[in-house]
Amino acid sequence: MKTPVINAKGVCLTFETNDGPVQALKDVDLGIERGEFVSFIGPSGCGKTTFLRCIAGLEVPTGGTLTVNGLTPDEARKARSYGYVFQAAGLYPWRTIAGNIKLPLEIMGYSKADQEKRVEKVLGLVELDSFGKKFPWQLSGGMQQRASIARALAFDADILLMDEPFGALDEIVRDHLNEQLLALWARTQKTIGFVTHSIPEAVYLSTKIVVMSPRPGRIAEVIESTLPRERPLDIRESPEFIALAHRVREGLREGHDA
Amino acid sequence: MSLLKLLVVLAVWGGLWALNARLAARGHHIRAIRLAVPVIFGLTLVLLWEMVVRLFGVSSVILPAPSAIAQRFAAETPTLWIDFVQTMLKGALSGYVLGCGAAFVTAVLIDRSPFLQAGLLPVGNFVAALPIVGIAPILVMWFGFDWHSKAAVVVVMVFFPVLVNTVAGLQATTAMQRDLMHTYAASYWQGLVKLRLPAAMPFVFNGLKIATTLALIGAIVAEFFGSPTRGMGFRISTEVGRLGLDMVWAEITVAAIAGSVFYGAVSLIEKGVTFWHPSQRG
Amino acid sequence: MTKVVPVLTVIVALVLIWYAAAVGMNAQWARDQAARAETTLGFGELVVDTWSQDRPVLPAPHQVAQGLYDSVLAIKPTSKRSLVYHGWITLSATLAGFGIGTLAGIALAVGIVHSRAMDMSVMPWAIASQTIPILAIAPMIIVVLNSIGISGLLPKAIISAYLSFFPVVVGMVKGLRAPDAMQLDQMRTWSATNSQTFWRLRLPSSMPYLFASLKVAIAAALVGTIVAELPAGATRGLGARLLSGSYYGQTVQIWSALFAAAALAAALVVIVGLIERGVLKRMGMAQ
Ligand SMILES: Nc1ncnc2c1ncn2[C@@H]1O[C@H](COP(=O)(O)OP(=O)(O)O)[C@@H](O)[C@H]1O
Ligand SMILES: [Mg+2]
Repeated sequence: MKTPVINAKGVCLTFETNDGPVQALKDVDLGIERGEFVSFIGPSGCGKTTFLRCIAGLEVPTGGTLTVNGLTPDEARKARSYGYVFQAAGLYPWRTIAGNIKLPLEIMGYSKADQEKRVEKVLGLVELDSFGKKFPWQLSGGMQQRASIARALAFDADILLMDEPFGALDEIVRDHLNEQLLALWARTQKTIGFVTHSIPEAVYLSTKIVVMSPRPGRIAEVIESTLPRERPLDIRESPEFIALAHRVREGLREGHDA
Repeated sequence: MSLLKLLVVLAVWGGLWALNARLAARGHHIRAIRLAVPVIFGLTLVLLWEMVVRLFGVSSVILPAPSAIAQRFAAETPTLWIDFVQTMLKGALSGYVLGCGAAFVTAVLIDRSPFLQAGLLPVGNFVAALPIVGIAPILVMWFGFDWHSKAAVVVVMVFFPVLVNTVAGLQATTAMQRDLMHTYAASYWQGLVKLRLPAAMPFVFNGLKIATTLALIGAIVAEFFGSPTRGMGFRISTEVGRLGLDMVWAEITVAAIAGSVFYGAVSLIEKGVTFWHPSQRG
Repeated sequence: MTKVVPVLTVIVALVLIWYAAAVGMNAQWARDQAARAETTLGFGELVVDTWSQDRPVLPAPHQVAQGLYDSVLAIKPTSKRSLVYHGWITLSATLAGFGIGTLAGIALAVGIVHSRAMDMSVMPWAIASQTIPILAIAPMIIVVLNSIGISGLLPKAIISAYLSFFPVVVGMVKGLRAPDAMQLDQMRTWSATNSQTFWRLRLPSSMPYLFASLKVAIAAALVGTIVAELPAGATRGLGARLLSGSYYGQTVQIWSALFAAAALAAALVVIVGLIERGVLKRMGMAQ
């Protein structure tokens, strides 16, 4: 049997703060297979961001083992195995949209011609074809966030980590971006780790929903989605969807009482 | 021979720097080390200065050794004190209080008039960037050689930075905060005292802190244009003329201490007044 | 444009106050002269006299304007009595010092941002130095450098460099640290090297901070040069004009030099501001 792309065994992380230690993650066991879309959901402060950052090698677990593509997170980071999308778009105001997408490509040493080709391709993927020459502040919030996703897709990483990428956007824009993200996932076959605190968003997008609970941050429940891969927006009115959403809500409540 | 001396100096420097580098790398989160590192750095500079002066026999009319300066400082304390009182307490401090007070009152007065604000603010900003010390010779002519003319220079120098900052501060409330005052049917003065003055305080103190250094500069430089036979600026210019550089450095030490203490005192008051501001919560 | 009317009103008001003050402050001398000639002055005569004295306590605005005209436009720029000549002396030392101070300041800031030891050792002193009236050492530096045979532009430039150095260090360190944790993490997710992070993130982010401190620094550099021209013996530069004016009671000369210095300061700050606008605009940071 092949090992999962992301494999966590007993991952713990304790922050040393001025007010004493804070246990952000406790005994997290999780395997994510290639091509899965995994959502992390839970109340704020339950360690979703911290776990994603551990996968990205931005934090180092204080216990347990964690591998990404069979490498340590740090090696995976150096091998440029994933793209990371933060909650804020974080585009550089002094670069155009195309310039922003090129930034990681420049850093990773892609050739000029290759850079142009890739920029064009990912701008198409996020439907921003004609906006390459615009500056970020000339775009709406939703378009900026799409540009930042394009930036994470521009290089050949087969993992995409997203930390509440649509958290700051309104409901309508969010629905649209969710739909686009699914289409993009279907086309690119990437493995996606996605943090959210919206139940419908988690259910709509994921093949696997990881419900987390706080103090200390841990996994309360892992729910495998029964929805088909092909998901039109109105699937959210189906009984199957509602049943899943209910299970997630129950999981969150139990985690909270514990 | 001098090569050897140079090597000794470089070795001492390298050694102390290595010590600092190690302390900084190991213990940057320990409070005592955070304090020790800059102190060691400062002492290193003083030690190197002393060594260079002694080893290479640098003439005292070019660069007196720290020890010579310290000796002179100890021997001339009464003179230094007289100069300090003349320049700092009489000239700088009285001018500072008058100038800042006048600027604050002006800012509150023009606060009601958008027209005056629109007119005075650009002019104030413009004047704040000018080399105002240049006005010193004129004020010395008008107010005489004694400290009154120095205080006048200080008044002019501190006025505009404090004015500009206070006016900006009085506009620093958010629309929501003002609307809230509005829903309470607060009068203009209530709004000013309860909301806008407290909100302005971080800006006011920013101006007051800039003004401390300006006040000392104004008081010292104005003495270059004429003074009684005491005062820090007077002493510096006459001792420079007589090549008594150790005395000049002693006066500069006094100025440095006075400047830091003055600034520190204003910062302390600021901490008490604007404890709620994010910059103070660190 | 809505600001023009209030600003002009304030300026006109200032000029009117100035004229009134000239009457008040020069009246004593006018009356003394009249008493000596055993005549009395009517109010009209008094006003005319106070606005046209040779060495007034406070010269009227038009006298200063006349003085400026005489020493700027009506005279060869190479003449020792031309403010263009003295202004150029001051300007060249200011620019030289500003250039040196800025480069050194940026270099130190880069070191501070990349070395924790330097940060912890130097930064507290750089900040503390801003509370110290550094200008007080100007006369000493001039005299000492003169005594070892260095004179002319260099000593003045050293003082301006010193004065512009610290604002640049402090501002630039702030600027190079301006990128937030998310932006730095973003760079780490791409395994960017230190120098890639510096050139692509830190340096561009620091530009607004750099220019803000450059405006302070160039004004400080000019003040430094002017004060450096004060020690006895200096005969060239706007500072020397101020000093000789005050020796000989030539108030019109003092005011003219003062206005020339003000114009120079304003021009320098405006030029830095224009460059700032241009750079930030090209970088897309000015909206
Ligand atoms: N750098 C840090 N230092 C100290 N505590 C931290 C740090 N980052 C996160 N924490 C703490 O860890 C816990 C989990 O945080 P986080 O992963 O950001 O939660 P979430 O993303 O689920 O809202 C919180 O209690 C938070 O305060
Ligand atoms: Mg989070």
